[in-house]
Amino acid sequence: MRQDILAKKVIDIKPSGIRRFFDLVSEMKDPDVISLGVGEPDFDTPWHIRDEGIYSLEKGKTFYTSNSGLMELREEICKYLNRRFNVSYDPAKEVIVTVGGSEAIDIGLRAMINPGDEVLIPEPSYVSYEPCAVLAGAVPVIINLKEENEFRLTARELEDAITERSKVLILPFPNNPTGAIMERRDLEAIAEVILKHDLIVMSDEIYAELSYKEKHVSIASLPGMKERTILINGFSKAYAMTGWRLGYACGPQEIISQMTKIHQFAIMCAPTTSQYAAVEALKNGDSDVETMRESYNQRRRFLMNAFKEMGVQCFEPYGAFYVFPYIGEFGLSSDEFANRFLSEEKVAAVPGTAFGASGEGFLRISYAYSLEHLKQAMERMSRFVEKLRKENGAVK
Amino acid sequence: MRDQILSIIEKNSRIDIKELAVLLGMEEIDVANELKRLEEEGIIGGYHTMINWEKTSIEKVTALIEVRVTPQRGQGFDNIAERIYKYPEVQSVYLISGGYDLMVILEGRTLREVSTFVSDKLSTLETVLSTATHFILKKYKDHGTIYDLKLKDEREIVTP
Repeated sequence: MRQDILAKKVIDIKPSGIRRFFDLVSEMKDPDVISLGVGEPDFDTPWHIRDEGIYSLEKGKTFYTSNSGLMELREEICKYLNRRFNVSYDPAKEVIVTVGGSEAIDIGLRAMINPGDEVLIPEPSYVSYEPCAVLAGAVPVIINLKEENEFRLTARELEDAITERSKVLILPFPNNPTGAIMERRDLEAIAEVILKHDLIVMSDEIYAELSYKEKHVSIASLPGMKERTILINGFSKAYAMTGWRLGYACGPQEIISQMTKIHQFAIMCAPTTSQYAAVEALKNGDSDVETMRESYNQRRRFLMNAFKEMGVQCFEPYGAFYVFPYIGEFGLSSDEFANRFLSEEKVAAVPGTAFGASGEGFLRISYAYSLEHLKQAMERMSRFVEKLRKENGAVK
Repeated sequence: MRDQILSIIEKNSRIDIKELAVLLGMEEIDVANELKRLEEEGIIGGYHTMINWEKTSIEKVTALIEVRVTPQRGQGFDNIAERIYKYPEVQSVYLISGGYDLMVILEGRTLREVSTFVSDKLSTLETVLSTATHFILKKYKDHGTIYDLKLKDEREIVTP
């Protein structure tokens, strides 16, 4: 058989660090393992939303929708973005409903990138930006964010990474895995740089509803930014709808229409049942979101307090459902720490390096778990940390 | 802050003040004071336990009784409601809009005990016009809690 059966570009993509860690956990097959490793809500989708999905099936709404998604859904998306984040879009021309936010990232990059264009990717961040950029033919340029800035992107860091080939900036806030947010003043600072260098922003705001300080600010709501921003959001995190695979992108018509072309040929349309359920989520789901947000916030405070009691350093994250404690003081790499934490205390928490080299020294801890679960995990962590301190003391 | 305290302890009245303070990002002393005020104002009426009696060997029968009454001048329904709720076997009494006036929830050990109460005590009150007794056969959900809820985390153990 021929040797060149596979695309080099694909072979060259590294498997994700999450996958490696997942395999490690799976191999253990130990029922005592408790996880802090998931990137999805622990809540079920609120019943009225599920019920609407079921109802649409009963009524036989099992056809394709238009490529961009149900008009009713696009209208509700626009109303929602306006109500919550003060940005207005035209449902007929500036919105596309996608298979999760992840499809929007993929087709958005594919719609904009010419070979050799540079995509600026702040890290640590979600695992798909870099591979999607590479597959689209871009040159990814990583911006390593720092804990001293609470993992926010500063104007200086952005400016330093820009070249004449820079085209798209990925803006992943609230951030997975750090939990970092960008407040209005942070966004205003980088907006200046973005305008100066004529960049396009791909703002992944999938965790927008899970902000615990002030209400999330979308960069698209800043003056001069809407026309150069693709806003990505979805239903997975806010409404606990990960399995429904539904997201959307909003932006300038010329970009959205090209994205719709790719989507039309690759996907056809997002799942119809999910779209009907999503209409209900947007119409009557605000209070569900609020309840879940309050619950996450309590767990966030619980974890911050637990780290304080253990003496583990952790900047206070105000978004998503992750905390990102610094574990470098124990003289282990993130990988080593995570592996030992797993084998010795049976707790699975993802090493920060799974989200980029700048995650070295950190651990991603998800709080999409019940308080009881988190309590148990923190007891184990406290015991583990004490043990490491004793070991280190003995060496000295 | 009141609302948040109440929404937590409504679900878990055994939570200690220290933990409550951590979850709400407040000082312990402030939480303690607020709880005291809530008790004094009668907003917190008690810290009861939700028990699924069906899983015990103790026999209990619960009935919902619709009661139609003649309201009394100057008293409305309050007087008759009081005469009913003073019976210890009466769990709840609600004034209801619609086809009848009072909803009485009654707990007894046997069907006979409940029906005796209705025929001897309740129906014989002079303002009571009629009663309709409904026995509860099975409780699926009570106080926002689903009985026999299977809690299993079916998510993948590690996801991005």
